[in-house]
Amino acid sequence: MNLPSLTLLGQSLLSGIFIGALYGLLGLGLSLSWGMLRQINLAHFALAFLGAYLTYQLASAGMDPLATLLVVLPCFFAFGVALHWVFARFAISPFNSLLVTFGVTVIIESVIQWIWTADYRRLESHYGDIKFRIGTLFVPLPELLTLLVAIALALGTWAALRYTDLGKALRAAAEDAPIAAAFGVNERALAMLLSGLSAAFAGVAGACLALSYTLAPSQIYAWVGVVFAAVMIGGLGNPIGPLVAGLVIGVSEALTMAITAPAWAPLVSFSLLIIVLLARPRKF
Amino acid sequence: MNYSKGLTLIAAGALLALGLALQPAAAAPSGKPIRIGSTLALTGPLAATALVHKVVGEIFVEELNKKDGLLGRPVEWIVKDDQSKPDLARTLYEQLITVDKVDLLMGPYATGAILSAMGVAQRYNKVLVHHTFGMPSMAKYDMQFATWALGPHPEETFTNLLYDALAKSAHPPKTIAVVTSKFPSVHFLSVGAREVAKKRGLKEVLYLEWEFGNKDFGPIASRVKDANPDFIWVGAIGLEGNLLLDAMKKIDYAPKNHFYLYPAPGPMAKSPEAKNALAASVFEEHPPFTNNPVAKAFVEKFHERGAKAGLPDTSVDVQAASSYSAWQVLTTAVTATKSLDDKTIAAWLKKNPVDTVAGHLRFDGPFNYGDDLMKVKQVQNGHWVVVWPTQFAAPGAKLIVQ
Repeated sequence: MNLPSLTLLGQSLLSGIFIGALYGLLGLGLSLSWGMLRQINLAHFALAFLGAYLTYQLASAGMDPLATLLVVLPCFFAFGVALHWVFARFAISPFNSLLVTFGVTVIIESVIQWIWTADYRRLESHYGDIKFRIGTLFVPLPELLTLLVAIALALGTWAALRYTDLGKALRAAAEDAPIAAAFGVNERALAMLLSGLSAAFAGVAGACLALSYTLAPSQIYAWVGVVFAAVMIGGLGNPIGPLVAGLVIGVSEALTMAITAPAWAPLVSFSLLIIVLLARPRKF
Repeated sequence: MNYSKGLTLIAAGALLALGLALQPAAAAPSGKPIRIGSTLALTGPLAATALVHKVVGEIFVEELNKKDGLLGRPVEWIVKDDQSKPDLARTLYEQLITVDKVDLLMGPYATGAILSAMGVAQRYNKVLVHHTFGMPSMAKYDMQFATWALGPHPEETFTNLLYDALAKSAHPPKTIAVVTSKFPSVHFLSVGAREVAKKRGLKEVLYLEWEFGNKDFGPIASRVKDANPDFIWVGAIGLEGNLLLDAMKKIDYAPKNHFYLYPAPGPMAKSPEAKNALAASVFEEHPPFTNNPVAKAFVEKFHERGAKAGLPDTSVDVQAASSYSAWQVLTTAVTATKSLDDKTIAAWLKKNPVDTVAGHLRFDGPFNYGDDLMKVKQVQNGHWVVVWPTQFAAPGAKLIVQ
């Protein structure tokens, strides 16, 4: 067996970091709504793809792909708020939230297919042609942007939750809503804000998906397993956890593909999940 | 007398005119509709390509009904969504036969669903003509007929055809990488490509397999770049080929010569990185294929209807042509036998070849397959053109090997 070259290992490591960042970015909103709102929001993936298709559509009409976020984010924030209003209005339990959001996912998938058909859509943007060279390694701009955005959002959310009054109120409401309310925290408004933010994060992830991937409605489901693993390994409600876990999974998968048979790569994320669940079951 | 004779003539003329006016157009079908049932993956991961088959079916049935239908009766196509799930396809075919009581069956899209439908067809002794079955040796049912013209052993026949084309070029490749999805109908052909390459003296510098649904092609691209083969066989289905090309572009690598088994034809032809990419086909939109007036008319109609259905790429290629051929085969057999009896239709098909837009299809070989009619096509100037065998090559097109 030939040993892999350093270039191969380095490039695979980069590839793992980039896809891991996308896992983390997709997992961020999911982790927040699951951990702090007790909503297992499967529709997060469908929202991310809806965001990707909107980015594709607006960019195809001449907008800069990143500028499309100015349109997408407010819409998604409003959607997230509305979704939480429905959850609160009908007092939907965490388990039922899984079923309801699965239904929302199917509806969004059908809408996407109705508007853009089931055929593949590829956003051709100038970002896709830009890559940087570091020695023998290449760093493509869309993936680099995804990494930077994922780090910025994870750290920004973590800092906001830890150091701002709003963040502290959110954490308090997540910990014990009645007690937080007794201290004057408007738990319902904060929950809507958090739900809106989670949906907006899905919109950001969608823009990153559109920059790097060819889109098809059914791709929504391709990300569910591994992103759930990243969220669970990273810890529910922890904004940095999914990113770190995503990077670990992405790099492990990429190195597995570089060194051994690529077909073994999917085993990595779920093996890691099982190990983490066994090692620290109380976290979940 | 003259007056009376005149009146008689006028009356006769009027009756004749009335008779002509009331007589239905010679081509209009009448009577109880013949119901043809099928499923297609209208949603789910296979929906992008299944939509092509839906458009083709609609075109064919519409054209059929505009003429004299089938056996003079109108045709009604009942198509259900199997959601890209073979198990659901099985249930729906059962439903088509027992509840909808269809007269005839048409196959679903893709190997898994066709295998499911085949099992049901066998249980009820129904003929199953299908258009997209990728593993001929698994087609054990006696009354199934494939129009995806791979021949009974494509893992040998097609791969040899491809290597023949490369060997006769100005720069025959000496080293090969075989990288493949583990998707069943892709994998067995890739394994065949590997074995035939070894027999022909090509040096294998890389062999990789990935799980269907893999999202990160970066490490695979890096390994291909490291191996730097003269020729790469990519056992890809759907978007996988594009994902690998994107990943290779990101590390500034362009394969010297590259083949993709079942690519998404539109996205691949449009991708600048797919320059000179090779694939398999039975039909492309150029002579000699479009010399057939039926094929030419079909291509024009497909452009129109495909655009209306929102298909980003409305080119007719192997998918659409095989689909149209399936309808041609089924209706030709019914017309020839003047029967809807499945056993009669099956017996006729085994003895008689059918001329289709995809070529002259026979069903008298192993697994009811005839010749392997696959050709080699290549992306040239943003379009797929057949380049091998040369008698099927697009006017002026030649295989480009680097």
